[in-house]
Amino acid sequence: MTAVGVGGTRRKSAIRLGPVVERILGVVLLALAAIWLVWNLLADPTRFSGSVLIGLQNGLLYALVALGYTMVYGVIELINFAHGDLFMLATIVAAALMVSVLGVGHVGAVTLLPLVAALVGCMAFGAAVNVSAEFFAYRRLRTAPRLAPLMTAVGLSFVFRGIAQQDYVNGSAQKNWPIEWGGPIVEGVYLYKLLLVAAVTTPLLLGMRYIVSRTKMGKAMRAVAQDQDAARLVGINVNGTISFTFALGGALAGAAGVLYFLVQAQTYYDTGTQFGLIAFTAAVLGGIGNLTGAVVGGLAIGLIQSINEGGAHGLGSNWSQSVVFLILIVLMVFRPEGIFGRASTEKV
Amino acid sequence: MPSTSRRRAWLSDYTWPLGYVAVIMFLFLLYQAILPNLIDEVSGPVAAWLPVATINECLMWAIMALGLNVVVGYAGLLDLGYVAFWALGGYTAGWLMAAPFNWSWNFHLFAPVAETYPGTHITFWLVILIAGCLCALLGVVIGGPTLRLRGDYLALVTLGFGEVITQFFRNSNDIDGYNVANGDAGIPIIDPIGLGPFSLIKGVPASLTNSGSDNIYKILVLGALLGLCLFVSLRIRGGRLGRAWLAIREDQLAASTMGVSLVRSKLLAYAVGAFFGGIGGVANAAGITGAVSPSGFDFSKSVLVLLMVVLGGMGNAWGVTIGAFLLAWLNSNGLRQIGVAVGAASGKNLEAVLPRYNFLILGLLLVLMMLFRREGLLPEKRTKALMTMPSRIEMESVGAHIAEAEAKTKAFTESTSDADAEIAASASAVSPHLEPPPERSARSVKDTDR
Repeated sequence: MTAVGVGGTRRKSAIRLGPVVERILGVVLLALAAIWLVWNLLADPTRFSGSVLIGLQNGLLYALVALGYTMVYGVIELINFAHGDLFMLATIVAAALMVSVLGVGHVGAVTLLPLVAALVGCMAFGAAVNVSAEFFAYRRLRTAPRLAPLMTAVGLSFVFRGIAQQDYVNGSAQKNWPIEWGGPIVEGVYLYKLLLVAAVTTPLLLGMRYIVSRTKMGKAMRAVAQDQDAARLVGINVNGTISFTFALGGALAGAAGVLYFLVQAQTYYDTGTQFGLIAFTAAVLGGIGNLTGAVVGGLAIGLIQSINEGGAHGLGSNWSQSVVFLILIVLMVFRPEGIFGRASTEKV
Repeated sequence: MPSTSRRRAWLSDYTWPLGYVAVIMFLFLLYQAILPNLIDEVSGPVAAWLPVATINECLMWAIMALGLNVVVGYAGLLDLGYVAFWALGGYTAGWLMAAPFNWSWNFHLFAPVAETYPGTHITFWLVILIAGCLCALLGVVIGGPTLRLRGDYLALVTLGFGEVITQFFRNSNDIDGYNVANGDAGIPIIDPIGLGPFSLIKGVPASLTNSGSDNIYKILVLGALLGLCLFVSLRIRGGRLGRAWLAIREDQLAASTMGVSLVRSKLLAYAVGAFFGGIGGVANAAGITGAVSPSGFDFSKSVLVLLMVVLGGMGNAWGVTIGAFLLAWLNSNGLRQIGVAVGAASGKNLEAVLPRYNFLILGLLLVLMMLFRREGLLPEKRTKALMTMPSRIEMESVGAHIAEAEAKTKAFTESTSDADAEIAASASAVSPHLEPPPERSARSVKDTDR
């Protein structure tokens, strides 16, 4: 009786060409990237090392912004398009606080106190804006089709850009600020800039890791990310937890805004779109929803971008966006779960 | 009665083209014949609030919005890089309808410019087709890798493609040493729309330049193009392909189970949408700006077109057209005029102030639409249900399980032993190996439920 039933349906297991080809292609792409790196290193080691320093500096900033994307995506599966523009607003607030209010001109040991003040102010600003955006917009759309919150985020990003474009905020032109840096210059890179970025970023990243993996709130975040209904059943305040996640992301974007302003000494209303997209690519590269992945992805994207711009065999800064977006497209197509992420059919 | 219903169907099939032609003809006659004969007190405000150039822009944007509506509204694939097709359409016009910027291939084909003029000059009507086909090809190229992606990931990849293509045109003066599209400077002078045999009619110009009187004839040309796009949109929507798109939009898995080819349908959606985008690009380059440069093709244009689709009502061609008219008007002339009007009332000069809030107003509009009227101003019935329905998770938590259980209980309590026996008999007729069902009384079923 059973033999009759099975006999008709048994089949030879066919070779699934798709995944094999994809894996080979992925390995080939990685190998090409590695060869390109070594080629750049051999062609001009000094330019290469300078690019690496710039890459580290930018990569740490990308990591800070990428964390905001990755946490929000991890908890409510929303690509917060407005996050990059929130970061841009933070650079403007930082400029106003440090230069106009606190009168910083030459960055040195004396400016430590204004720096701390600006960091605290901008982190509070970023957290407040992000939490209110969640409260007024995203919260009402939690049960809506996924297109709706995504478009709301695009709309909010336009609102932020529109605010920054006004003359009494920043204006539509790029604004340069009189910020001077001292200290040693290695290969065209101010070492103190890199040191400052590393000194501020590292504790923040470690703190974030501690909050998410060790504290009660972090546990609640992970629970909400897994299943909102079940989290609510065991007594977790879901709305509060989501707000907290947005606050953390916004605070990181605020800190990144201060650092970006100090390093680049300029503010521009269109900074956020490009920077945000690059940071999002970093988050996807590391595996979206994964904190370590976001940091590694941010550093990787920062390095690739700077070597492409400054390396001996790079395409130059004209093609910077294209290179990053091509990485994003290739990643999405071949490995949407990223380097550290686990494969899931739901998210794609 | 079959004959009257057929007549009614005929009417509903043909009323809109007649109405559409009437509207376009009215607009044309308004500017050509009526307005010049009216007193200044009447014609002045009309010309200020609704200049001819703005009407032409609205028509062009409506073509774009209809194209994006095929991708986003019909097939449900969120495309944030739609500006890529607009750009490629514009540059196709730049390559085939302009004086040379890098090559010296002199070729004239029904062009409205003099034979001695150097460069490639092909008639607008052929360039539209070429640009449409090129864009459709690009659409398939972009659509191909993104077939597996859904929702927000798809949005990001299309956004990435849009940015890459804009950057390609920005750097196009030096692609490996070749000047492909003149880089940041763009292509300055593009041939106007030629009217060919129509120029034999008395009073009709041979080519439509950017002068005021020629702009009036553009209403007819762009109106005809928009009419064509509307016709194609509506006809495809009702046909097999359109129904396949709607099925994919609503449930991709169910659609593929029912035999809809996902690959084919999605690629066709990209191709058709991109074709419209190419038409819009050529119409913009040749009819409205008369030049192309990469600075116009940025992300905000993609969002503007998306906003037109969302505002009008995704999936409904008429709603999308109206949304496009509203937003294109606001963007090109409306905000300034409202500023003038408010300024005149309050005594301040607001003419330049309000357009500066362009981004802010568009963004707020998008957010408010999503919060309070997600289905758009003129929604399609089917989209409305989709956009206001809570997602599946919510359904389950609210009580889809309970509803299912109730339905099962009802089926049990209403079943009788006679009906069971009938089903069993028909089952054993089909497959004789089945044993007859065990005897079961209606009483015992009552005991087991709830």
